[in-house]
Amino acid sequence: MELKKKRKDITGTLSLTAVRFMFFFLVMVLILLLGKIFIEGIGVISPEFLIDEPKNNMTEGGIGPAIFGTIAVTLLMVLFAVPLGVFSAIYLNEYAKDTFFTRIIRTSINNLAGVPSIVFGLFGLGFFILFIGQSLDDVLQTGLLFGQPALLWASATLAVLVLPIVIVSTLEALNSVPKSHRDASYGLGATKWQTIKNVVLPQARPGILTGTILAISRGAGETAPILFLGAAFFLPSLPIADFCIGDYCIPMINPTEQFMYLAYHIFIMATQSSNPTETLPLQYGSTLVLIVLTFLLNITAIIFRYRFRKSLGRL
Amino acid sequence: MKEIKIAVKDLNLYYGEKQALKNISLEIPEKRVTAFIGPSGCGKSTFLRVLNRMNDLIDHVKIEGDVIIDGVNIYDKSLDVVNLRKNVGMVFQKSNLFPKSVYENIVYGPRINGIRDKKILDEIVERTLNQAAIWDEAKDRLNENAFSLSGGQQQRLCIARALAVEPEIILMDEPASALDPISTAKIEELIHDLKQKYTIVIVTHNMQQAARVSDQTAFFYLGELIEFDKTTKIFTNPSKKQTEDYVTGRFG
Repeated sequence: MELKKKRKDITGTLSLTAVRFMFFFLVMVLILLLGKIFIEGIGVISPEFLIDEPKNNMTEGGIGPAIFGTIAVTLLMVLFAVPLGVFSAIYLNEYAKDTFFTRIIRTSINNLAGVPSIVFGLFGLGFFILFIGQSLDDVLQTGLLFGQPALLWASATLAVLVLPIVIVSTLEALNSVPKSHRDASYGLGATKWQTIKNVVLPQARPGILTGTILAISRGAGETAPILFLGAAFFLPSLPIADFCIGDYCIPMINPTEQFMYLAYHIFIMATQSSNPTETLPLQYGSTLVLIVLTFLLNITAIIFRYRFRKSLGRL
Repeated sequence: MKEIKIAVKDLNLYYGEKQALKNISLEIPEKRVTAFIGPSGCGKSTFLRVLNRMNDLIDHVKIEGDVIIDGVNIYDKSLDVVNLRKNVGMVFQKSNLFPKSVYENIVYGPRINGIRDKKILDEIVERTLNQAAIWDEAKDRLNENAFSLSGGQQQRLCIARALAVEPEIILMDEPASALDPISTAKIEELIHDLKQKYTIVIVTHNMQQAARVSDQTAFFYLGELIEFDKTTKIFTNPSKKQTEDYVTGRFG
């Protein structure tokens, strides 16, 4: 046997080169894209740009209301989507038996992720605004309060949009909790819910947060679904109302008002403004802000995930 | 003769169509160590899990017959499974500690049973770690992650955790099969001490271990209970040919 002679692995070398090239290509595209946005956008960023409202037919001024609207809608979306998604996943993974019916549900969830986002917009308009909103108005005798485009319905629609992401990543997280840990819990006399609450969920938390991170990234960047749901062309005032308990008032997000949205705002500036070339620097600036904002929201979730992982001794 | 703790009558168990346990009847005495031996797939682990209804967690399992613990049929519809499992603790083949601290692992059982008082929980931790002969090694590491302990220590911690809910019966499913000889010796010593207070049922692949730790031994083969007698008799003078073949190492 010749131990010294090295065998030539041609396919292996070729594949490795191809993979390296593709990786390099991908990173380059990303750097170019982000670099271009950063270089073009950084010039217009100033405290005023972040706080002020758009002025002079959007050719001047800032994007304050749009930043506020994006954060408000995204936070509300997380508030809707995460509990609903997590409980659905818990039901599917821990309680539901493997029947024809539950298989249909699982398949539907996966297909839901592939539905074009404009369809969700129409669904939101039909279901949330025209059906739920108007019914609420009828029942509560509030006049026209809920039955119109508003922040609340935009968040709810985006929540439905990101629901499959949250459910699928939670399902994976629940599935990865070893059966032996569940056995240990049952063996000590724990009920099913105690086992889920004390053993399964704590270990699944990092995975649930991964789902939340993906959901935030997706939701904050969507434009199409919110077109009919209260994203405003231009709103100088923020959707805020005082929330009072007795004499003590704090300003809160008012979910029944319309709002501005960064992604939509960029779209508007690029296509609907009277002079798109004049708004170009502002478009770059807004895009940069949107990317940084998504990144910051993600970072928050990543920090939480890191803490949970650490508490599980996985780091 | 000791009192009978567990009486099993005509027990049949099916996984779907397949019958895994056939007409098993036996009586396990109190405060003794009973060993189940037999080749892989003979049903000994399945039978062990019958005794605290862990098979309930698997789909398509059907059980017929009676299992009577302290005069109560544990497969009676009105029985609370959660209470049963508190009374019949279990130690598994591989240590399955939670990814929590040593302390949190022990108090998991007491906590879900509603004990909140820190002083009582502290006492439980000290008592059970002492009972499981791991107090000296673990007392300064109570707040460390349980995974930082060695394999043998983890398994003894599992035993301590099982003791924390104050069971009367402890089921052990090959508790030492993944351990080195020294850790195994410690577990066996522990089993010997624990039988003063607890009824212990142990499944083992290791016949020397069954001979060393148990008072009586049951030999299973292909889902049937072939022979059940005093350990000394099973290993020196078994009455069935199959038992003799197995304990002398002719098959299995």
